[in-house]
Amino acid sequence: MSAERADDYEAVIGLEVHTELSTATKLFCGCPNEFGAEPNTNVCPVCLGLPGSLPVLNEAAVEYALRLAAALGFRVPERSIFARKNYFYPDMPKDFQISQYEEPILADGSLDVEGVSIGIERAHLEEDTGKTVHVGGGGRIHEADHSLVDYNRAGVPLMEIVSRPDLRSAEQARGYVTELRGVLHSLGLSDVKMEEGSLRVDANVSVRKVGSSDLGTKVEVKNMNSLRSIGRAIDFEIERQVVQVEAGERVVQETRHWDEADGRTHGMRTKEGSSDYRYFPEPDLVPLAPTDEQRQHAAASLPELPAARRARLAADWDLADDQARVLVDVDGLADYAEAAVLALTAGTRRDVALWCTGDMLAYLREVGASPAVLPLPPDGLAELIALVADGTISRGQAKDVLGECLREPRRPKQVVEERGLAQVSDEGELARFVDAVIADHPDEVAAYRAGDEKERKKKFGFLMGEAMKATRGQGNPQLLRRLLEENLG
Amino acid sequence: MTAVEIARDVRAGTRRARDVLEEHLARVDEREAEVHAFNLVLTDEARNAADAIDAAVAAGADPGPLAGVPVAVKDNLCTRGVPTTCGSRILDGWCPPYTATVLERISAAGGVVVGKTNCDEFAMGSSTENSAFGPTRNPHDVRRVPGGSSGGSAAAVVAGFAAVGLGSDTGGSIRQPASLCGVVGVKPTYGRVSRSGLVAFASSLDQVGPFASTVADAALVLDVIAGPDPLDSTSVAETPPSTTDALSAGVEGLRVGVVEELTDTDGVQPEVRAAVESAAAALAHAGAKVERVSTPSARYGISAYYLIAPAEASSNLARYDGVRYGLRVDAEDVATMNARTRAAGFGEEVKRRIMLGTYALSAGYYDAYYRKAQRVRTLIIRDFARVYESCDVLVAPTSPTVAFPLGARTDDPLAMYLSDVCTVPSSLAGHASMSVPFGTGEAGLPVGVQVLAPALAEPIMFRAAAALEAAAP
Repeated sequence: MSAERADDYEAVIGLEVHTELSTATKLFCGCPNEFGAEPNTNVCPVCLGLPGSLPVLNEAAVEYALRLAAALGFRVPERSIFARKNYFYPDMPKDFQISQYEEPILADGSLDVEGVSIGIERAHLEEDTGKTVHVGGGGRIHEADHSLVDYNRAGVPLMEIVSRPDLRSAEQARGYVTELRGVLHSLGLSDVKMEEGSLRVDANVSVRKVGSSDLGTKVEVKNMNSLRSIGRAIDFEIERQVVQVEAGERVVQETRHWDEADGRTHGMRTKEGSSDYRYFPEPDLVPLAPTDEQRQHAAASLPELPAARRARLAADWDLADDQARVLVDVDGLADYAEAAVLALTAGTRRDVALWCTGDMLAYLREVGASPAVLPLPPDGLAELIALVADGTISRGQAKDVLGECLREPRRPKQVVEERGLAQVSDEGELARFVDAVIADHPDEVAAYRAGDEKERKKKFGFLMGEAMKATRGQGNPQLLRRLLEENLG
Repeated sequence: MTAVEIARDVRAGTRRARDVLEEHLARVDEREAEVHAFNLVLTDEARNAADAIDAAVAAGADPGPLAGVPVAVKDNLCTRGVPTTCGSRILDGWCPPYTATVLERISAAGGVVVGKTNCDEFAMGSSTENSAFGPTRNPHDVRRVPGGSSGGSAAAVVAGFAAVGLGSDTGGSIRQPASLCGVVGVKPTYGRVSRSGLVAFASSLDQVGPFASTVADAALVLDVIAGPDPLDSTSVAETPPSTTDALSAGVEGLRVGVVEELTDTDGVQPEVRAAVESAAAALAHAGAKVERVSTPSARYGISAYYLIAPAEASSNLARYDGVRYGLRVDAEDVATMNARTRAAGFGEEVKRRIMLGTYALSAGYYDAYYRKAQRVRTLIIRDFARVYESCDVLVAPTSPTVAFPLGARTDDPLAMYLSDVCTVPSSLAGHASMSVPFGTGEAGLPVGVQVLAPALAEPIMFRAAAALEAAAP
C-alpha cells in the first residue's frame, strides 16, 4: 500500500480498559485480593459461587470509583445497579459474572491526552474471573490433556473504563492508555501492571476515508499486554483494514487476537451467531446509591494528577515538557526525583531531573526495573549531584559512580573514596604539576608561544592533557586550565 | 405438644430434650416409610444436640427460646458437612462447608435439627413430586400430595416427626403445603429473614419461613430466625418486632379486606371459598371491620411469576456445570461435559423452567417477557398499596383446592402452576403472608386461609392469624 493511499484514511479507535482495583479484599467477599498466591487459597463460598452463598458489595470499590469520578469529571448517577452477564465458562464459578450493564456507576467522563479531550462513555464495576491453565499440548486449549482452574482471581474487583471512539491513531491510543494508567496509579486505584494483567486493554478499531463522518465496521482487538503491543497491534490492524477496503473487500465485524510473536492480528475461532449474555438486574444486590458524604469525601481526598504534576515540575524545575512527561509517565520516577530533590544539598532540581531521565532511566529500561527497587535511594542521587556541584568529581566521573551505585548498594561518597576519584582542587598542588609539565616539554612550550592561534590551541591541548595525566585524572579541570594559561603567559 | 410447651418445659428442666426427640424419632420410625418426609434423618446429630441442651439445662444455663424443639429443615438449606440435595441428583455428594444463617440461629436458640426434608427439585413445584428421591405423601391421606415445594417439612410437622419445620417460599412453597397439610405456614416479608445458605431458586422472591402446628409456634420460630444478616445484602436492616408479643392483641378494630380476585376466581373449590368467607365472618365477629377489596392486577400474577422466577432460576442454576462440585458426567470437552452433566442431573421441571427463563431473558425477547413481567410486578405492588390504605390485612384462599391425588397434575404443568394462583401476588410484592388452617373441604381434607399483610407488618398479620386459629371450626 502506498503512503498516499494510507493518508486518505483515518482510524476510529475506542478503548476498553479493564483495571484490577487494588482493594484489600475482593468485590463481593472478604477474601484477600492479592496476586501470586498458591492456587485456590484465596477463596471462600462466595467467590467460589457455592450454592446458597450471596455477594456483599465491598464499599472500598465504590470509594475507588468515586475517586475516579472526581478525577475525570464523571457523572455519578443517584443510583446504579449490578447486572448478571450470563455465559458458561469453567473459570467463572457461578457461570455468570456480576457486572453493570444498563446503569453503570460512572458516566460521561473525559481525559485530556496531549491537549485533546478524549470522551469516556462509562466506567463500571465488575468481578474478575478465575484463571484456567491448560496442561499438555503446549498450553493451548485444543491440544491440552486437561485443564486446571485457579479461582484466586475470581471476584477480584475490576473497573471497566470505556472510551468513546475519539482516538485517531495508535500513538494517540498509547497516549490515552499511558495517561489513564498514570491517573489510576496516582489515585491509588490500581497497580496498573499490564504484565500481571492488572491492566488489560481491548481496542475497537475501524477505518474510514478522511473527512467522512460515517463509522466503518469495527474490529475488536484483544490480547495486547504492553503499551508497545497496543501501538503495534492497532497500527497493524489499521493497515490491514485499509488494505482490505482498498481491495474492495468488506471488513468483517469480529474479535481478533494480537500475536506478539508474529506481529499480526488473527481472527478468533467463533461459534455460529453472536453471544447473548442475557443481562438482567442482579437480584442478590441492592441498587448502589453513593451518599453525598461518600461523594464529598472522594472529591476531597484527590491527589495531584499526572497532568498537574507535569505542569508543576516543568515550571518549578525548569524542564522541557518532554522531560517533565518522561519523569511523570515512568512509574515511580517522579516520586524518586521528588524525594531526591528534598535531600538536595547542592546542585539544582533540574540536575535531579536530568540524571533521572538520563542515565538512570536508561539503566532501568535495560534491566526492566522500577525506581523503587534501586539500591541507590533518592538521597544517594542527591549526594552524587552535590559531589559534582562542589567540584569533588567531574560529571564524567559521576556517570561511572552512578553506574556502580545502581548495581550495588553503595553510597556515591564511598565509591569516590575507594576509587580515589576526588578531584585535586588545591592550587599549590596543581601548580607544581603545571610547573613540571612546562619544564619537561620546552619544545612544545616554545612552539606554543611562537605559533598562530591554531598552533597555540593544539599545543595547549597537548600540555593540558599532560598536566591532567600527571594528576592521574583527578585534577580540577577548570583550575588546571587557568594555571596553565597563566604559566604560559 | 407444641413447640412453645416443649421449650418451656425443657428450659424449666421438667422435661428432657432427649426424651422429646426420642418421641419424635419414634413417630419417624413408625410412619416415615409411607410418608417419605425426609431425604436424610440426622438421628445421631440430633441426639447429640439434644443431650447438649439437657447438659446445659443441668448446668443452669438457658439453651434459648427453642430449647429442645425438634425442627425439620428443608433440604435446600445448607448444613455444614451434611449433604444438601435440593431434591436433585445434580448436587450428588455435595456437603456444604457452611451452615445457613437461619440454621445457625435455630441451633443458637436451642432448636434440634431432626433431618433434611424432601422437596420439589430446587423448590420448583407444588406437590413435592418433582424430587429426584421420590414423592412425599400427605399424612392425612397418603394417596395425596402434601403440596410443595416444601412438602417434606409440612408433612413432617403434621406427622409429628418434628414440632416445627423450615421451608422456603418463592411463589407459595410454604403456604400451599401448609394449607394442604393443615398446618400453619409463614412467608415472611422479603428481606425479613436471611437467605444466606438458602440454595437460590429465584433470588428476588425466595424467603425462608416456618411451619408449625400452631400460630404461636410459628411466631416463636419466626422471632428466632428473623432479623438483619450482614451476609445477605437484601436483608432488612431494622430489628424485627416480636410476633409472639402481638398474638394476644386481638383484632378489635382491625380492618380486614377479602381479596375478590383471589377468592372468587375460577378454579377455587366451593369449600375453599366458603372457608374464606367464614374466616372473614369470624374476624368480624371478633371485632374486625371486614370489607371486600379488589386488586385487579393480581390476576396477572401467575403469568408474571412464571417469567420472573424461571428467568432468575436459569441464571442461578447455571453454576451446576460439573466443574466444581456435585455430579459430573465426563466428556471429551468442557462444553459437552457441562451439557451431559446438566442433562443427567436435572429433572424435567427444572429443565423446563431453565428453558423458559433463558428464553425470557434472550435478546429480542427480554422487553416482551422479562421487562413486561417486572412491570406487572410494579402494578401488583401499586394495587396492594392502594388496598392497604383502607385495610390492615387481607384474607384469601391459600390454595384453590385441597390436597390432590399423586400424579393428578404431573402431566399438566399449567394445572400445577395454577396451584400458586392465590399465593404469588404477595410473593411478587415482597409482602408478608401466611396460611392458617381453617376447617376442612372435599373429602374432609384440610383447608387453609391465607392472611396477607404489607411489608414488615408481621405482627399485625399474626394478630389476625391468632384470631382465625381461635375461631377455626
